[in-house]
Amino acid sequence: MNKQLLDAGISRRSLIKGATALGAAGLILPAGYRKAAAQPRKGGTMRIAMGHGNTSDNLDPATWDNAYVQVMASTIHNYLTEIGTDGTLQPEIAESWDASSDAATWTFRIREGVTFHSGKDVTPEDVVASINYHRGEDSTSAAKPIVDPIRDIRVDGQNVVFELEDGNADFPFIMSDYHLPIMPSSDGRIDPSSADGCGGYVMQNFEPGVEARMTRNPDYWKSGRAHVDEVIMLPIIDAAARQNALITGEVDVIDRVNLNTVHLLERSGSIRIISVPGTQHYTFVMDSRVDPFTDNNIRLALKYGVNRQQLVDTVLSGYGVVGNDHPIGRSNRFFADELEQRELDPDRARHYLREAGMDSLQVDLSASDAAFGGAVDAAVLFAESAAEAGININVVREPSDGYWSNVWMVKLFTAVYWGGRPTEDWMFSTAYAAGAAWNDAFWEHERFNQLLSEARSELDETRRREMYVEMQRIVKDEGSTIIPMFANYVMAVSEAIATPEDIGANWTMDGFRAPERWWMA
Amino acid sequence: MGMIFTLLWIAVALTVAMALALGFRKLATAATRGETSRALRDAPLTAAFGMMVIVIYLIVAILAPLIAPFPEREIVGTQFQPWTAEHWLGTDALGRDLFSRMVYGTRNTVGIAFATTALAFLIGSVLGLLAATVGGWLDQGMSRLVDVLMAIPSLIFALLLLTIFGTSIMTLILVIAVIDSTRVFRLARAVSEGVVVMDYIEAARLRGERLPYLITREILPNVTAPLVAEFGLRFCFVFLSISALSFLGLGIQPPTADWGSMVRENATLITFGDITPLLPAGAIALLTVAVNFVVDWQLYRASGLKE
Amino acid sequence: MTLVLRMIAQRLALGLLTLFVVSLLIFGATELLPGDFAEAVLGQAATPETVAAIRRELGLDQPLVLRYVDWLWGAVQFDFGSSLAQRNRAVSDLIATRLGNTLFLALYAAAMAVPLALTLGILAALWRNSLFDRVANSSALSAISFPEFFVAYILIYILAQGGWFPSMARLPAGADLGEKLYRAFLPALTLTLVVTAHMMRMTRAAIINLLASPYIEMARLKGMRPSRVIVHHALPNAIAPIVNVIAINLAYLITGVVVVEVVFVYPGLGQLMVDSVSRRDIPVVQAVALIFAAAYVLLNLTADVISTLSNPRLMHRK
Repeated sequence: MNKQLLDAGISRRSLIKGATALGAAGLILPAGYRKAAAQPRKGGTMRIAMGHGNTSDNLDPATWDNAYVQVMASTIHNYLTEIGTDGTLQPEIAESWDASSDAATWTFRIREGVTFHSGKDVTPEDVVASINYHRGEDSTSAAKPIVDPIRDIRVDGQNVVFELEDGNADFPFIMSDYHLPIMPSSDGRIDPSSADGCGGYVMQNFEPGVEARMTRNPDYWKSGRAHVDEVIMLPIIDAAARQNALITGEVDVIDRVNLNTVHLLERSGSIRIISVPGTQHYTFVMDSRVDPFTDNNIRLALKYGVNRQQLVDTVLSGYGVVGNDHPIGRSNRFFADELEQRELDPDRARHYLREAGMDSLQVDLSASDAAFGGAVDAAVLFAESAAEAGININVVREPSDGYWSNVWMVKLFTAVYWGGRPTEDWMFSTAYAAGAAWNDAFWEHERFNQLLSEARSELDETRRREMYVEMQRIVKDEGSTIIPMFANYVMAVSEAIATPEDIGANWTMDGFRAPERWWMA
Repeated sequence: MGMIFTLLWIAVALTVAMALALGFRKLATAATRGETSRALRDAPLTAAFGMMVIVIYLIVAILAPLIAPFPEREIVGTQFQPWTAEHWLGTDALGRDLFSRMVYGTRNTVGIAFATTALAFLIGSVLGLLAATVGGWLDQGMSRLVDVLMAIPSLIFALLLLTIFGTSIMTLILVIAVIDSTRVFRLARAVSEGVVVMDYIEAARLRGERLPYLITREILPNVTAPLVAEFGLRFCFVFLSISALSFLGLGIQPPTADWGSMVRENATLITFGDITPLLPAGAIALLTVAVNFVVDWQLYRASGLKE
Repeated sequence: MTLVLRMIAQRLALGLLTLFVVSLLIFGATELLPGDFAEAVLGQAATPETVAAIRRELGLDQPLVLRYVDWLWGAVQFDFGSSLAQRNRAVSDLIATRLGNTLFLALYAAAMAVPLALTLGILAALWRNSLFDRVANSSALSAISFPEFFVAYILIYILAQGGWFPSMARLPAGADLGEKLYRAFLPALTLTLVVTAHMMRMTRAAIINLLASPYIEMARLKGMRPSRVIVHHALPNAIAPIVNVIAINLAYLITGVVVVEVVFVYPGLGQLMVDSVSRRDIPVVQAVALIFAAAYVLLNLTADVISTLSNPRLMHRK
């Protein structure tokens, strides 16, 4: 197998919404929209306000859990591989890679001539140490589950060889995970508290919860990347404060635009909204081990009780698409568009209730805005539409504080956010495989699990597609997760910012790479 | 030009308010008799206005289902509809009728705020008076305990307690009341400490009066004024606590309508000059002003000033 | 006077006791919160193995009592340990600049609010029931019945979008005082609007409450001007409740302003406290709680000393 095959990867069109409706109707384009593809200009200071970030953030890759540190990490670090704006896998510190025929042994050739900010050369030993940091018995890393299938890593000249437990055709994708930057090592260990990296910018000052200031790496190996002289990142948690910082010109870029007021923000002239449909999706997950959710009829009744379009129109203000109760997005390689879209259908919901031997159903649904922005509203809307089918959903607003440890995978019916994964296998193995650490529905399906492991090492694309489509159908009709909507990543920029035409959709902020890919107009 | 219109508008509003208050006072005087009637007749216009607002709020709260054109939680249209004949104040972020939510909000918010404040005052003033009158170890013990509780910032304390005990309305009332009662305790104790050293208290003690008598007959009447003044403010702090808690992701459970959360939900709109969030905020402000107008009047009567 | 000194000494000792109990309470409450640092830091990504590994590494698997004693032993030597989230950073280092910011904002707001509240309160008492009284009262009341973040948004809409003041109150390192005052003006104004009404109304109420006393009557009968009666005779005797309310509000300015910090992106202690609570970063929570408690104890002590000094009867209590 070679790189070309993998590059055929995901294809997706990213969509840039114009700043005003006028732009679409007439010839006058909004100022910020002009010639996005012009030659990138060098220089300037890019000030970015993120809706995440807090005083507990730090430089240790094992702990990166919010978009603020994730963007910061991608600004100062490089990874083995990078996901391009079109969703294909691109080489970064790894120049190229090859797999054994069973896809269980992977050989990455490490690029020569790349240096860390400290001046040290990037060596295969650094790569091994950077990945090993997350492995092993004593690992405290959030990325431990994704590197667990690696049985052994070794240096072979300028190559690094990974031995996996089982074949995995998508393994190079995993090496682009934001937890796995390449950091300098000594004696086989990295210093996780160090800001030294081989990315496009050098950390100058990082005060958690206050700001991160980075300047251009003069020795950056990539050409045509990292255009601005200085990047300043600020965490501004309050959505209104973030918008105001943009309106009053104190920052140039904001993410997580408040969707309730995005139409008003658009009207304020010089601001451009960037909306990218990706794999990010919101779910209501049911604990399939506990009654009444053990009965698939009940799960189907609930699935037919959601007014998906209303959720997209209201909670997402139209910045998203309806989901079909499986986690694979329209932009994914093997998205099953042949499956019928599930709609609100109170009659069918009643029918499935009767199948389960019930006239009405009473359940508690736990939600919090920590699950996703608007989760409580979404739960309230769900409760209203399900009421038509005789399903009485009692919305419980849980404290944001500790939501992931006290509510998610603890309460029986909860609202959940998923950033989405670039490949089908990664998504399914993370949250739907039997025994997976994050299988939040505790759902086990024999046929599904069998298909999952077969597809992972299957090299024939057509056959692979058939398998993934069948898996999507199984999750849709028998799974224990309601997936009503896929949410766009919505950002806003001032006139001072220019972007390439295509914006990465794998994560927010151009796949966390905005500081590297965008420039000052 | 805009300035002049604003001033004109305020003048008209004030005149209307005064006329209404005047009418209300006439009506109230006619409807009552004896002592109450005389007191009402002499009430200043502001107090009459305050009472009128309170009465209207009470009526709205009690008759909410009759007044509101739509149910509290039903989604009746698309989000953010403008003001129309059908939806008087438009619809909210979920497409619920805003006017109906305001009406139901009266019931929920005023009820919760009143219950919380009353409970806080009951606990705080009883203990505060007791501490000041008995003195000694009881006073030391309670004061130090209150010191400890007050030394923890109330919002963070509430956050801790609500995360531990859950966020049902009952817990919310209890937690805010207990936290607020420490403030009441301190004030009650401080004010009555000034009173218990008075000679007439000393005399009553020497007469051998018992504790309940001392507190209710001798001390309480002399500390009511600052306590009443505090009540008027504490009442409105409850709205603020609920609102601040909803800022941090706690607060009243949806889909129950309450003004504090409604301000929070719509607050962002104000930075675009949209006045929607001013409605629930204004409802809170109007009630606060009204309650305090009445409080002021009562204070004035209690002070015995005749001019 | 020795009585007062003895009282101060006694209260300071009690203050230390208060701090001790607060530390116990906060430690206990943070323990009672569901979840611990290991689970909080991993969030959605937590697995049993990694959670256990973090607990092992940080000693969170030690018994509760042992961990508390360990912390206390450090704390009495003024060593508050290092943050769990940033292991190479001492808590004291993490807190230092934020404490400075918090005190700066509190002082700034107090410098505006206290004189304003006292003046308005005295004038309202002097011209009670006049139009001035009504207007001052209603506007102060309206100002406090708006939630803080809402007041902040309105100020941002009018003053920041109008271009007069910055909407973010970040203080650049090395900024001079003028620049700091300019940048922090909106949060300080927000807080002023929030705390003024409470102090003003207490001033007014406490003074009016005294106006019917015989000695005031006497002063008035002697033909003294009303303003003089209030300032020289009523005010000194109304000090106890007024000073108490001021102390409570000053303590609030130091300890309770997390919402304003969030809206204006002002790096103060409140935000640090809330973040650390949600991360269960106990050393930081404890240290900030102690600072808050100490501020409260000291302000209260000052208020009580002033009350005592202002009331001779309290000075000679039997």
